[in-house]
Amino acid sequence: MPLGRTYAVSLVGLNGHIIEVEADIGQTLPAFVILGLPDASLNEARDRIRAAARNAGLPLSRRKITVNLIPASLHKRGSGFDLAIVMAALAATGEVRRCGNTVFIAEVGLDGRLRPISGVLPAVMAGVKAGHTRFVVAAGNHGEAALVPQAEVKGFASLAEVFLAFGADPTKVSLPDTPTDPVQAPLPPNPGNRQPAIKDMADIAGQPAARFAVEIAAAGAHHMMMVGPPGAGKTMLVERMPGILPDLTDQEAMEVTAIHSLGRVLSCHGLQRRPPFESPHHTSSTASIIGGGSGIPRPGAASRAHRGVLFLDEAPEYQRGVLEALREPLESGELVLHRSAGTASYPARFQLVMALNPCPCGLASGKGIDCVCTAEQRRRYFNRLSQPLLDRVDLQLAVARVSLADYSDGARAESSAVVAARVAAARAAQRERLAKWGANTNAEMPSSVLNEGLKLPRAVTASVDKAMNNETLTMRGHDRVLRVAWTLADLGGQSSPTTHDVEVALNLRLQESTS
Amino acid sequence: MKAKGRLGRRGEALAASYLEAAGLDLVDHNWRCGLGEIDLAAIDGSTLVVIEVKTRSSLDFGDPMEGISATTLERFYLPGARWAQAHELRFTGIRVDAVAVLDDGTGEPQIDHLRAVS
Repeated sequence: MPLGRTYAVSLVGLNGHIIEVEADIGQTLPAFVILGLPDASLNEARDRIRAAARNAGLPLSRRKITVNLIPASLHKRGSGFDLAIVMAALAATGEVRRCGNTVFIAEVGLDGRLRPISGVLPAVMAGVKAGHTRFVVAAGNHGEAALVPQAEVKGFASLAEVFLAFGADPTKVSLPDTPTDPVQAPLPPNPGNRQPAIKDMADIAGQPAARFAVEIAAAGAHHMMMVGPPGAGKTMLVERMPGILPDLTDQEAMEVTAIHSLGRVLSCHGLQRRPPFESPHHTSSTASIIGGGSGIPRPGAASRAHRGVLFLDEAPEYQRGVLEALREPLESGELVLHRSAGTASYPARFQLVMALNPCPCGLASGKGIDCVCTAEQRRRYFNRLSQPLLDRVDLQLAVARVSLADYSDGARAESSAVVAARVAAARAAQRERLAKWGANTNAEMPSSVLNEGLKLPRAVTASVDKAMNNETLTMRGHDRVLRVAWTLADLGGQSSPTTHDVEVALNLRLQESTS
Repeated sequence: MKAKGRLGRRGEALAASYLEAAGLDLVDHNWRCGLGEIDLAAIDGSTLVVIEVKTRSSLDFGDPMEGISATTLERFYLPGARWAQAHELRFTGIRVDAVAVLDDGTGEPQIDHLRAVS
């Protein structure tokens, strides 16, 4: 029977589905049909692969080629199916041997070279999950695909090499005719995700309270808000936060690298070990931050900041809708986006850090005598950050301008390395304590754990209980204060928070909202 | 006659002898009517066979068979029906066959015959 079968992967968001590619050769006039809901770029594969196969020395059959992508009801998109289709069509005529359950993921160029595609990491992960072990990708994708454990990945520079590896007649495949320098991944333009050159905490003069807050935020992955006049050093502090966050674990690094793989071809040859840092501009749209787009929605800045920091500078300047849309992922750590062509869910367990001025003119801190804003203006400015959003921010602190005495003091502050060591120790303590509840950080700790397994004595929690009783604190706020208190204990090397830790945590939360 | 026409005629002659050797009963060639032209006509039992021949001297412009699939098949059916009418013959059906001839003028021409292509 003139039938060839290979496998490919179709990505819907981060979830991959194994696609069976069947090719049938019909004894009738030449034609090429692709069935199974291909999108425009996949339909163009017909002309692309006919030329590519001919240029690689093995022209496709001069009969009617019918390619079926199973399951036929799933929408398929992109150019990553090219190689699987060529191999199925050639296996149908017996030009190459049957390919078993090898999964082919690559685009082909007209010259017969294999081109890397985006999203190879999640695609290979999906293949392994579905029980496939052998993968063939473009040479430019090899480093990325090989990150997946249990996957036996081969990278090839050209179609001709793949043909030979699958038993094509070496006299027909003319290797010297095909360019052999592999197509490498282009350098990432990578606009949103700027990994700032590691900046050191030692550059910050004074600001002991703010430094401490940043350390707590980093240690417990707590959300943070800083209010202060222009020039107080808010942005400076946040930019140094990635430098004190610990490296990602294997599992986290895999998740983060997979998301970043969707947007572009990774040129790196390893997992992304450092927590990402995203700082979208305040004019960004909801779709760009939450994720969106037509067809299958793509991840936005919130998902790209997964396991890292999402920094919103000048937070009240963002569109109201953008800020409100962040409420769900702040709680659930996940974004589920529905569109006509399907539903995609992306992880979004980021740490939200917001910076803002105390009023529209920015001068209303301290005595605020230079401030020209009316009370109404100030109220409206703050109202842009809704109460439900602020309720999810654990650390809300005021940052004052640095005094000349602190600035010219000359004493170098602690360096990032010192702080990072304390943060790492605190994280390790959390991981050990929370392992049995499946959480990694205090911020992820479920409320049930706070109320049962790790319930603190009433005497210790007296101050938060009182704040909740007189309605300065919501129930969610109550739990969040306790999470910060646990982080304080971890930073101090204690086994559980003291009354003092709880009071400090409460104070860190209420500093701004009461002003 | 232009070179293009000469190549076509030679291809049709090659196709005709190939088909006769294959046992097909050819009854007409290059029959024209207002609806188009029949390259070769044959009778297979009670079926009229309209045969389209495409000849090329090299593969530089693609396979000759690709040249046939680019044209619509009504172009072969309607003249077939007209031919039957003109000859006062009745058939149970009309079949379209395609013959691709690749003849670079040096070696043995390559002939590819596809039956019932529509």
